[in-house]
Amino acid sequence: MVEDQNSVCFRTLHLKEPWALASYRSVGGYAQWEKILKEKTDPAKIIDELKLSALRGRGGAGFPTGLKWSFMPRSAPGQKYIVCNSDEGEPGTCKDRDILRYNPHQLIEGMAIAGYCIGATVGYNYIRGEFYEPIDRFEAALKEAYEAGLIGKDIQGSGVDFDLYTHCGAGAYICGEETALLESIEGKKGQPRFKPPFPAQFGLYGRPTTINNTESLASVPVILEKGGQWFLEQGRPNNGGPKLFSVTGHVERPDNFEVPLGTPFKDLLAMAGGVKGGKRLKAVIPGGSSVPVVPGDLMLQTDMDYDSIAKAGSMLGSGAVIVIAEGTCMVKVLANLAHFYAHESCGQCTPCREGTGWLARVLHRILNGQGRPQDIDLLDGVAGRIGGRTICALGDAAAMPVQSFLQHYRHEFEYMVEHGGRSLAEAA
Amino acid sequence: MTDKLSIEIDGRVCEASPGEMIIAVADREGIAIPRFCYHKKLSIAANCRMCLVEAEQGGRPFPKPVPACATPVAAGMKVLTRSPKALEAQRGTMEFLLINHPLDCPICDQGGECELQDVAMGYGGDVSRYSEGKRVVKDEDLGPLVATDMTRCIHCTRCVRFGAEIAGVRELGATGRGEDMRIGTFVAHTLTHELSGNIIDLCPVGALTSKPFRFKARSWELTQAEGIAPHDAVGSNLHLHLRGNQVMRVHPKDNEAVNETWISDRDRFSYEGLASPDRLTEPMIKEDGAWRPIGWQDALIRVAERLKTASADQIGTLIAPTATLEEMYLAQKLTRGLGATAVDSRLRQQDFRGDAADPPLPWLGVPIAELETRDAVLLIGSDIRQEQPLLAHRLRKAALGGAGIVLVNPLPLELTFPAQQLVTSAAGMLGELAAIAKALRKRGSGSVKDLIAQANPTDRHTSAAERLKAAGTERSGLILLGALAAAHPDYTLLKALAYVIAEATGSTVGYLPLAANSAGAYLAGALPHVLPGARPGEAIGADARAMLVTARKAYVLWGVEPSYDFANPSLAATALGSADLVVAATAFRAPSLEAVADLMLPIAAFAETSGTFVNAEGTWQRFQGAVAPPGEARPGWKVLRVLGNLCDLPGFEYADSGEIHQELATLCAEVRPDNAPRGDLKVEPSLAEAGLMRVGTLPIYRTDPLVRRAAALQRTPGADVFAVGLNPALAADVGLADGELAVIRQGKAEARAAVVLDAALPPDVALIPSGVTGSEALGEQIGPVAVAKA
Repeated sequence: MVEDQNSVCFRTLHLKEPWALASYRSVGGYAQWEKILKEKTDPAKIIDELKLSALRGRGGAGFPTGLKWSFMPRSAPGQKYIVCNSDEGEPGTCKDRDILRYNPHQLIEGMAIAGYCIGATVGYNYIRGEFYEPIDRFEAALKEAYEAGLIGKDIQGSGVDFDLYTHCGAGAYICGEETALLESIEGKKGQPRFKPPFPAQFGLYGRPTTINNTESLASVPVILEKGGQWFLEQGRPNNGGPKLFSVTGHVERPDNFEVPLGTPFKDLLAMAGGVKGGKRLKAVIPGGSSVPVVPGDLMLQTDMDYDSIAKAGSMLGSGAVIVIAEGTCMVKVLANLAHFYAHESCGQCTPCREGTGWLARVLHRILNGQGRPQDIDLLDGVAGRIGGRTICALGDAAAMPVQSFLQHYRHEFEYMVEHGGRSLAEAA
Repeated sequence: MTDKLSIEIDGRVCEASPGEMIIAVADREGIAIPRFCYHKKLSIAANCRMCLVEAEQGGRPFPKPVPACATPVAAGMKVLTRSPKALEAQRGTMEFLLINHPLDCPICDQGGECELQDVAMGYGGDVSRYSEGKRVVKDEDLGPLVATDMTRCIHCTRCVRFGAEIAGVRELGATGRGEDMRIGTFVAHTLTHELSGNIIDLCPVGALTSKPFRFKARSWELTQAEGIAPHDAVGSNLHLHLRGNQVMRVHPKDNEAVNETWISDRDRFSYEGLASPDRLTEPMIKEDGAWRPIGWQDALIRVAERLKTASADQIGTLIAPTATLEEMYLAQKLTRGLGATAVDSRLRQQDFRGDAADPPLPWLGVPIAELETRDAVLLIGSDIRQEQPLLAHRLRKAALGGAGIVLVNPLPLELTFPAQQLVTSAAGMLGELAAIAKALRKRGSGSVKDLIAQANPTDRHTSAAERLKAAGTERSGLILLGALAAAHPDYTLLKALAYVIAEATGSTVGYLPLAANSAGAYLAGALPHVLPGARPGEAIGADARAMLVTARKAYVLWGVEPSYDFANPSLAATALGSADLVVAATAFRAPSLEAVADLMLPIAAFAETSGTFVNAEGTWQRFQGAVAPPGEARPGWKVLRVLGNLCDLPGFEYADSGEIHQELATLCAEVRPDNAPRGDLKVEPSLAEAGLMRVGTLPIYRTDPLVRRAAALQRTPGADVFAVGLNPALAADVGLADGELAVIRQGKAEARAAVVLDAALPPDVALIPSGVTGSEALGEQIGPVAVAKA
């Protein structure tokens, strides 16, 4: 079993009513924020601490958080914003939901500190619209924080302002892409912006903006409390800290686990009770539906950190570990994923708008027994013409599963085409 | 910042400016990069992904193909537009664009001139790999001008960006996601913006096409000629597309200094009027109240005989301001050759007291392209979007760039840019200007002095004054007088106040000439107080109003339709009706003309004659006839030339219109546009009265005989609606409710119209348009009126 569980984002989880202000206070919550307010800590020092911690963006891209904050023109005049991306829509991912449900105050403290560091007096938390309970929890926490004088204007007489607002999404996966999210807050159609300019120069309402994932921001107070070095040591070099993993799919006990980066996959699998029904592990999608699939054998020898999973040919992504058991038809899995991306493409760029629907249609045709031998190369070719050709990463996200499934399980597709829609995996 | 840098595109070294996009450099160098969403006048969307190219910077290749439209150049950048990688990316995008496109080019109106078709020839496969069902999209009804085939849409969003960025009204938008993304109006409505036809040109496929032109001809049957738009004072440059002897459609011709890439819908669709059944195709004479055809020879001899025998002081020549420079010049030459002095083309003006001090050649005051760089503009009496759509667009650019725009008008305008609107009664406009002058601590002289003394400046006037003053120090303040000012009973006082404010703020005064050749009238001498070459006349002849108030025995009407083209149509009808002789040179038959004329001479209309228009900035734009006039109709200059001969006048021996042009150009060699008054504006007591005043706007598609006969434009909402707009408080006073029929009285003139309540109207304004069906019987466009329950 893995020790050091729930040491950062889930540190209140063992308490009764872990979401309450009192619970958060009891584990040292808001102490860092109050200290900053009192001492007027140099933001550069906080950013240095983050850089030392090697905290990498928990939303999926893994970009170093400290570096991101340092891009902000902190002392430039005018309004700046900190935005939290709680539009957790990546299939398989449900970790931010539980931060909002069980430890919302830590996110508020993290956002306040972030606002302080980048010179933003206003923050928005963009929460996935379907998260009814988490939205209520976060709103309640926000009310508590305002009432306790922890955020607002001239907080505790420090002269520091920080106002925080909740913004609910309306059910579009693409709004999890940071610039589409900004468009959505502005009341526009959720479509990613072309970059450059990046949000640090031209963000929300055209003002410098930093956008971080819920888990990244919620990690900040603990990093400041225990030090960047401590956080780094929780994980591995260049892979600091523990990380939340949402283990789903064919496991006995699907759940969120906060474990150190570098934890072997087999240990994580064991925490989730192993493969459902004691079956053999067939494959794992280790970082949310967008990342390449990894065959089970290889995965069992891989550790759960950014660099190890990259070596295995995939990505840690958002930490959504989708476990696939022996006997699962990979054509059906891919058709399901392809349908999702066709449904969620924003429609802006040609390759993604037209290509995702094409992929889904061909896959459904194969499932229906109308596949043709040339369809398999067609799928690979179409995916290749989407990936790397679009404004945002949704095109890549739609292409990578197709390419990796064909790389590892091409025989299943060929079998189905040759046998009028019969599944090799299910027949076995 | 201005340092040039050099990049390499396909091995060719190209000079570029920092911040420029690769595609702009390639376009300048003539290196073709395929594209759909990119347009030089629109913001960068980078959504079509057709312009993907391979690039490297500092020896390091970019990991992915980059969009040439959205990738800024950097020193030493190397771009490959036709490398295997680039071509594969371009072909990939092409394949995606074609999978759901109908590929029914033979039955598509865009076929043969389609950007998608052209690019598919270069980058598309000959056989599609797509064997699934294609997308079908329900059509939109965008009104009478733009036809849709939304299944053909490739979602480049040029039309959407045009609305948001150029027109300033988001008439179209994208709804839905992914494959279900649709371009449409969301809540169904007709396109009403005056520039909306430009989306036809912008659409790279056959999704948005011209409704009047649709299925009338294939692009390869058309030949292209050049033309100049004959309506507003912009003089947009046009491409006329012809088949045989017919103008099939009109497109813009790029001219950054004039119309950029755009034309107004009026300029685009008015050609339909050329094919109107109203066209006069042979000379006609009225005998015993009945019209019969008569040969040209016979007709011209009769006209000449009667003009020669008419007493010179009884001849009045009224010329439409849309006549060509050559026609204006010859018409005044004929009139003055006969010894007459009454010649005018300002048919919509009623106050001529300022003529003696009129500037030699009133113009915009600045080049058209510089309107958008003004820091402050005061617009006096102008429904600018209706009058001069493309100048409104330039002002919008100025406003978006931070310029302060202030309008003094007798009605509120629906503008597409931020502006301060000082809305008041017609008479009150003087007070508003006086208040601005007073805020600037100016006194003025004569009646202006009294007006300023009585004024009570408020914060609004002070802020307008300060805005102009601040701009004036940079020499970028502008004060413009529009068509509603020119039609105002106190135009002279409005001008005088404009000059007072201009002097106090260091601003420039500019005029918005009413029509295509209103500025040209000063050069041609088609005015009672101006001789050819913009020289002041020794004796001021009778002006357009005087000619009607004191009726003449003989009138020559040039391109004029009495019911709609005069400031006071009932006065015109009476005066013309009482004359012994009315000769009407006209392209169109019209009831109001046939009622008063004795002879009608068919002349060529737009696109049928060579000629010259002088636009608002004073640019001479010469054009050739593109098609022959119908039937026996002849270019106007030829008719006048023969008339001159028949009247035994010297100097009418022109072989072609070029000679006329040359003769006038020589007379005008020294003339420069100039708005400095020639003397003190005679500032006399105000004519504008307190009490209810009619404010007669001239709706955009009712400005001249051609556009009034353009069928599609007339079908647009509100094109030809006669109604009386009243403030609800005033309507309640006279017991009128919304939609009720009211009787409108101007002196003896009377008409009936439905009431439209508008709380934004000043309480003493009755908004009653001129130029529309039903308005023929009324009096002054701006003047006292009584409204009562019918």
